Amino acid sequence: MKTSFFKRKEPLTDTQLLMTIAIGIFVVMYVLAIVLLGGGFRRPKQIFDMLNDNASLIIVACGLTIVMIGGGIDISVGAVTSLVVMSCVLYLNSGGSIVVSVLLALGIGLGFGLVQGFLISYLEIQPFIVTLAGMFFARGMTTILSVNPQKADHAAFAELRNTKIEISWLGYTAKNGNRMPAQIELGVVIAFVCLVLVFLLLRYMRLGRGFYAVGGNQRSALMLGINVKRTRFLSYVLSGLLSGVSGYVFLLHTGAGNATNADGMEMNAIAAAIIGGTLLTGGVGTVIGSFFGVLILTTIKKIVVTSGLNAPWWQSITTGGMLCFFILLQSVVLSRRAKKKKT
Amino acid sequence: MQEECLLTMRGIVKRFPGVLALNGVDFTLREGEIHALMGENGAGKSTLIKVLTGVYQMDGGEIKVDGKKIVIRSPQDAQDHGISTVYQEITLCPNLTVAENMFIGRENGPMVRRKANEKRADEILNKLGIPARSTQQLGDCSLAVQQMVAIARAVDMQCKVLILDEPTSSLDDKEVQMLFGLMRDLKSRGVGIIFVTHFLEQVYEVSDRITVLRNGELVGEYLTEELPQVQLVSKMIGKELEELSSLGDAEEKNDKDAEVFYEAEGLSSSEAMPFDFTVRKGEVNGFTGLLGSGRSESVRAIFGADKVNGGTVKIKGKPAKITRPIDAMKHGIGYLAEDRKRDGIIAELSVRENIILALQVMNGMFRPISRSESEAFADEYIKVLNIKTASRETPVGSLSGGNQQKVILARWLLTHPDYLILDEPTRGIDVGTKLEIQKLVLKLAEEGVSVTFISSEVEEMLRTCSRLIVMRDRHIVGELTGSDLNQTKVMKTIAGGEAQ
Repeated sequence: MKTSFFKRKEPLTDTQLLMTIAIGIFVVMYVLAIVLLGGGFRRPKQIFDMLNDNASLIIVACGLTIVMIGGGIDISVGAVTSLVVMSCVLYLNSGGSIVVSVLLALGIGLGFGLVQGFLISYLEIQPFIVTLAGMFFARGMTTILSVNPQKADHAAFAELRNTKIEISWLGYTAKNGNRMPAQIELGVVIAFVCLVLVFLLLRYMRLGRGFYAVGGNQRSALMLGINVKRTRFLSYVLSGLLSGVSGYVFLLHTGAGNATNADGMEMNAIAAAIIGGTLLTGGVGTVIGSFFGVLILTTIKKIVVTSGLNAPWWQSITTGGMLCFFILLQSVVLSRRAKKKKT
Repeated sequence: MQEECLLTMRGIVKRFPGVLALNGVDFTLREGEIHALMGENGAGKSTLIKVLTGVYQMDGGEIKVDGKKIVIRSPQDAQDHGISTVYQEITLCPNLTVAENMFIGRENGPMVRRKANEKRADEILNKLGIPARSTQQLGDCSLAVQQMVAIARAVDMQCKVLILDEPTSSLDDKEVQMLFGLMRDLKSRGVGIIFVTHFLEQVYEVSDRITVLRNGELVGEYLTEELPQVQLVSKMIGKELEELSSLGDAEEKNDKDAEVFYEAEGLSSSEAMPFDFTVRKGEVNGFTGLLGSGRSESVRAIFGADKVNGGTVKIKGKPAKITRPIDAMKHGIGYLAEDRKRDGIIAELSVRENIILALQVMNGMFRPISRSESEAFADEYIKVLNIKTASRETPVGSLSGGNQQKVILARWLLTHPDYLILDEPTRGIDVGTKLEIQKLVLKLAEEGVSVTFISSEVEEMLRTCSRLIVMRDRHIVGELTGSDLNQTKVMKTIAGGEAQ
């Protein structure tokens, strides 16, 4: 894809431009970290760890990217993820089967997506309000299911959790002589499948281009013959469904359910999407960008930790500052571009 | 020689509650012609277009395309019958590429055939000579090109009838020429184009035929070359030339020696072209011109209602800076807006609250008007202006249009302005109230208040104004006083010098 748009003499579209900025910033940031901080950043394993820890965030960010391109917002995704984790743990611990637990996860996500999408698109209620309600509802349900942390105790599931792709040569040898191989968890594979599917949907399918049209100009989209209500409805359904997937991947990573799981994940996902070049106003964005948005957020955190500022507030402060910086950079780039067009 | 009739509309009737918007209107469009649809505000041209595009359902009459009777229930229906519309404001998505805008919403199957669409789009753009590339982001193109892309989309949808609704209002001269080139090209391919505009010169430049509507009725269909501009204007406004000539001159009012209250030089705003304008004390003057000629935009610039870009303003000989309405109000200028629902009344507030609004703003929020004072003001003006309201605490929204207008008038009179701008104060109100307002204007002038009066009805202007500023295509084209104040002269000036 990259080569194809360098071949063209066309200027990049807003979407491509913002995505390119995100990728560029990630590369620069990571290279600087390697050069200046070294340590963990020198080891390829670092990247794999980042992916393993953030597989469910990547999936949720994919869903949010869809919704945000369509001009909406979905802040229920973190709470739904948490509800799915808790429901699946309790179900598995009661002796359920893997297949049914997967269906349960997808079903909960889909249910939230359908109801929220219906309220937002067909009853025309503010998306922020609807998904805020969804968020409180899902959090409440999680706590009702169990106040105490629940550890998954299920043989087949434990096996599934331990399914990892090991790449020994990318690992490193620790000080005590143990070989630490780079590992890819099952969740990362699922996240990449989601990423590719959403990418294809957004780029090559009618529905995907419909999201861009609706987010770009809703009235125009209607005049161009797009079913605006259905398109918007489906964006929330997809986001809900992906929250379900995210919940299962979360459980695969942690192996336990907790009422505070995925706390604030929706905000991280929104931040990642914005850093990756998705505009809150809709119509512009890519999942590739959001993926790099997740990596950038994680890299910032790792840099803060590696620099010795190992306190949660330093991570928050740095993330906040960087988020501001990205937004400013984006708006400067876009407004300069708009000016250039006029002259 | 009888050309092929592409579209015939016969006896179209459309009723809205209390209004007969279209009363048996006929319209005929032939293959390969550009047909201008003309009429003043409220003439029914946009209603006719909306009936044709399926936005409104007609209450009577029939529509035939290619001789076959059709029923149009929705915009989609209209498109299926080959009737496409390009609206004034561009209805495409600026964040998508040119090709996507041309094909989105009309593809089959779940996938987008990106490469094929881009190839097809480039072919059409080349064929029509539109300077855009299929892979460009639409928002990067100029407005004219965006409009052309919308036309290209319509052309590719095999449209036979293309409706262009005010397509040139946001384009500059060069872009207009590009658009006209494209229109002529489509015409030679047999497309019938309905061109709605209020720019007279453009009508004469590009159209073959003109249909004029007035008050929801058909005035007539004419070949453009056989209808002089001044005739067109008189048909739009509704007075025959002969009839006009017989009307007497307006009474001459002698206020040329009065001191100058307001003086603007090269005043311009985001909406208005630079213009010079002076107002004398106690003078009633008027801005006239067809809809869209820039008359409202000019007075809005005086009041600072739009973003003022340049020019110098003097009040009573002293330089003044008026960039916001509050500046104007502090200099004693009041403005009654054209659209009273949007810019004037606050429907939920009572008559009393609406009346004291402007005075309160001028006093500032720390000097509230006492309840008894405001009640006294309200009662006084309800009586003076004869406002028909149940009580002073009735919400303004429940009053009739004419009485709402009087409430806004009262609001400005209460501030004791030196200069009052009234933009269409008599639109949509009954004849009795109209006369009352006209009398009030003259009375104010006698008391030394300067008034600028705008009305679509030339007669009304002639009765009240001692000086008329005539505008056409956003420029002042004439100033009429004394014996020149008669309908014939006004219409000739509106239509343009070449018709004289």
